[in-house]
Amino acid sequence: MSGPSTYQPKNGFTRWLDARLPVMRLVHDSFVAYPTPRNLNYWWTFGAILSFCLAVQIVTGIILAMHYVGHVDLAFASVQRIDRDVPYGWLIQNIHSVGASMFFLAVYIHMFRGLYYGSYKAPREILWILGCIIYLLMVATAFLGYSLPWGQMSFWAATVITNLIGALPVVGESIKNWLMGGFAIDNPTLTRFFSLHYLLPFVIAGVVILHIWALHVSGQNNPAGVDPKDESDTVPFTPHATMKDLFALTVFLILFAIFVFYMPDSLGHPDNYIPANPVVTPPHIVPEWYLLPFYAILRAIDFNVGPIDSKLGGVILMFASIAILFVLPWLDTSKIRSMRYRPVARQFFLIFVAVCIALGWCGQMNPSYSMFTAGEFRAGLHWVEGGQSIQRAVTAESERRAGATFEEAAEAMKAEGAQIVMVDRSSPTDATLTAISGGQLREAELTAHSLDELEAQIAERKAALGAAGVPYVEIERNLPFEFTVTRFAQILTAYYFLFFLVILPLLGLRETPGRVPETIAKSIRGAA
Amino acid sequence: MKLRSLWVAVFAALAFLAAPALAAEDAEHPPAVAWSFEGPFGKYDVNAVQRGFLVYQTVCATCHSLNHLSYRNLGEPGGPYEASWVMNEETGEREIELGAGHGRRVDPNENPYVRAIAAAVMIRDIDRETGEETERAGRPSDRFRNPYRNSAAAAAANGGAIPPDLSVINLARKGGADYIRAILLGYTGEEREGRYVNRYFSGGLIGMPSPLTQAGMVAYEDGTEATIEQMATDVTHFLQWASDPHMAARKEMGLVVMVFLIILAALTYLAYKNVWRDVKH
Amino acid sequence: MAETTADAADAPHDAHDAPSRRDFIYVAAGAVGAVGTIAAIWPLIDQMNPAADTRAMATTEIDLAALQEGQQIVATWQGKPVFVRHRTAAEIAAARRDDYAPLKDPATDASRLVQADGKPGNPAFLVLQASCTHLGCVPTFAAGDYRGWMCPCHGSHYDTSGRIRRGPAPLNLAVAPYVYLTETSIRIG
Repeated sequence: MSGPSTYQPKNGFTRWLDARLPVMRLVHDSFVAYPTPRNLNYWWTFGAILSFCLAVQIVTGIILAMHYVGHVDLAFASVQRIDRDVPYGWLIQNIHSVGASMFFLAVYIHMFRGLYYGSYKAPREILWILGCIIYLLMVATAFLGYSLPWGQMSFWAATVITNLIGALPVVGESIKNWLMGGFAIDNPTLTRFFSLHYLLPFVIAGVVILHIWALHVSGQNNPAGVDPKDESDTVPFTPHATMKDLFALTVFLILFAIFVFYMPDSLGHPDNYIPANPVVTPPHIVPEWYLLPFYAILRAIDFNVGPIDSKLGGVILMFASIAILFVLPWLDTSKIRSMRYRPVARQFFLIFVAVCIALGWCGQMNPSYSMFTAGEFRAGLHWVEGGQSIQRAVTAESERRAGATFEEAAEAMKAEGAQIVMVDRSSPTDATLTAISGGQLREAELTAHSLDELEAQIAERKAALGAAGVPYVEIERNLPFEFTVTRFAQILTAYYFLFFLVILPLLGLRETPGRVPETIAKSIRGAA
Repeated sequence: MKLRSLWVAVFAALAFLAAPALAAEDAEHPPAVAWSFEGPFGKYDVNAVQRGFLVYQTVCATCHSLNHLSYRNLGEPGGPYEASWVMNEETGEREIELGAGHGRRVDPNENPYVRAIAAAVMIRDIDRETGEETERAGRPSDRFRNPYRNSAAAAAANGGAIPPDLSVINLARKGGADYIRAILLGYTGEEREGRYVNRYFSGGLIGMPSPLTQAGMVAYEDGTEATIEQMATDVTHFLQWASDPHMAARKEMGLVVMVFLIILAALTYLAYKNVWRDVKH
Repeated sequence: MAETTADAADAPHDAHDAPSRRDFIYVAAGAVGAVGTIAAIWPLIDQMNPAADTRAMATTEIDLAALQEGQQIVATWQGKPVFVRHRTAAEIAAARRDDYAPLKDPATDASRLVQADGKPGNPAFLVLQASCTHLGCVPTFAAGDYRGWMCPCHGSHYDTSGRIRRGPAPLNLAVAPYVYLTETSIRIG
């Protein structure tokens, strides 16, 4: 793709330099003469936007580190000092915290673009994997950075995530304590998180250089997904791509600025303005928005599978959801890159995007929140007014037989004329049966729209009956099927994995693709 | 294109699903107030912040700290006692006047209003000679006086519950200023298990007794009638300023930046179109 | 954004129509971008200046009542050491005698006692910034050829008025800006 260099040193100095360190040649070949497919759309400007985001985070981060104090007693106050007293500290701190969100927004668009146009397929596998590594490093950096302000969310996010490591069998606890430098999140944890948060962005920058290198070896993919055939299919990177990138970057900056200047706290959580308190957990812990889908996958597993308990299962699936991206180039069997020419795959892709957004929604919800219920919540109440009570002690032969024995005894008492019988178990094999005979059997039906409402109604009725001298009320609850957020997240998680493991491999073998143009020039004429 | 509208519908439905998440709460929703600081051009009402500061000093400061603020903050740009030098036309002398004004800003540490406010407060300090703890009159550079020596003392004085620091309270509570004001006005007067019924507090029982008990408990200097609602609104306004003292500077700079970026976007768009004019794509 | 300028300069000219209008757009975009970049850099530089809380801690009050004749105390002001010296009559006389001696940085003893508000000071109390004007070490009390101060780092000798008399330092020890609050207490800053 890169072909022979077209760099021509213009004067004596550049000729001298070129013979010793061809840095000008490198810049010229990589960012000036570099051939760019002429049909790239705006989705291709996010690479430049991401480079900008990384630079902004590193510059503002280095500045914040000049003022931040990494100590549990001082961290929160030092961030307040940055916001209040440091010249322009409020601006720089806002840019850094909003910048993290903007970085993830851009990286998600960049990744979905890669998915849609098949940018992970040969010969760009390494390029894609390097991108996945960058994303993983970004997640780690964001998590470490989020703990630094030492607010309630910082502290409890750090606690929850380090506890994930504790889910590993046998070695989990030791690794967790090694990571925290103690038995809980405390000052040693904060200082090492600060150190690593400072280090990782430079590691990211290094991998970004490899990412760009790999890009320049294989050349850019394009919306048609066909390789450029000759020079007429491409334009030089500068000024064509640079100018377009600059325009897109400026538009992106407008969005960035709206958050920085007008709603700097809207992406954060109010609880992080409460200093960390190791003995009080906030009622509702959520990660930052960009990690919500993974949080939803983590919580979706509420059942044990064989030797894997629900906690470990959630951790495994959460890491698997990122790990699966690394092998994607070998899972997708289709030879056609762009989903523009794969009408069926495109629909599944759009569902996939919706699923990821819906997972994010699940991540910020209370997991037991009921999305909808099939029918009403009902309870039948039975009680006896008046009558006499008889008590009878019953002992079962064995624990296993106890339930049936008591049942039989109760039936027997009912046959003797009892209206209602209550069983009061005093030990695994002993129970006292109280039967009420005579009087009048009454019943009532309660209905409600939620379980809480139903329980409130039952409690109210019971209190009223108790005041009227009724000793015992039999309650039969009839609960409808409830579709909770957890159930929803399970379905979404299933689709997430099915998309990669089943749909993409099978579809590549079975679908009938559209007609792929032979050249980029033809694709332009084709798509009006 | 029918498929496209289907997808629009799916995403719209997802957005709609997110709505009940925000509504599910066990307490009453705080009533919305039209604050002057809301919106992209919103500003603090300096008089309200001054009155609110008076309410804080008279009522709240007995239990609640304001640890991240110093007295000098009151005289800093955007603060309630910001002052500037003006020329008195009659005497020809330079005088200090409250407000941002047009003249040179008065250094907050030299600001006579701030100095008087600080000097009226006794600050704990260490006597250099004896090493004993002592109290002295406050200076603008001092942090707001913490009513308690330490958190254990704060807990002991309040039945185990430490009154939260108010420096960033409006940012630290969902609902912000509306919620803080609602809490101050949400008392029903009932008391249960040593706690107080509050309509807007999660769980309904709050440890803090109603702080604003009677109209006129704070002597306003500007003639505003100190009703309970007025005091609650004013102190919330003050706390909003305390949480976000640079809001005015932020929004002013934001306006300049937005105008600049829109112009730059237009220019880069034209430049981009010019570069690509002869390329078919 | 820094690239904007470079792009505008390198942008290719299209010979065939209205090159001046095209050039204008590149120059305008480049100029606006450059202005924005420079404006964005300023906060990144200004943030290293002393913060508001640091600037506020700019005054120190010192009680002179307990300071015996012939002694000095080292106070801190804005994080820097300050000498407050209670001079003996002999030290004052020595300082005045040398008012018109050949000095590297000529100054009278009286001029070194003037308060920040311009009022004359008390000759008994000398208030100096305790930083050698050579390279900033703290000079040793009542040492050196002139029994004022002597800097241990590179051997600068100061007299009892804090004037430089011998050694590499170019200037006298600076007088700290102070005022008398009462007869026996001063405020620095």
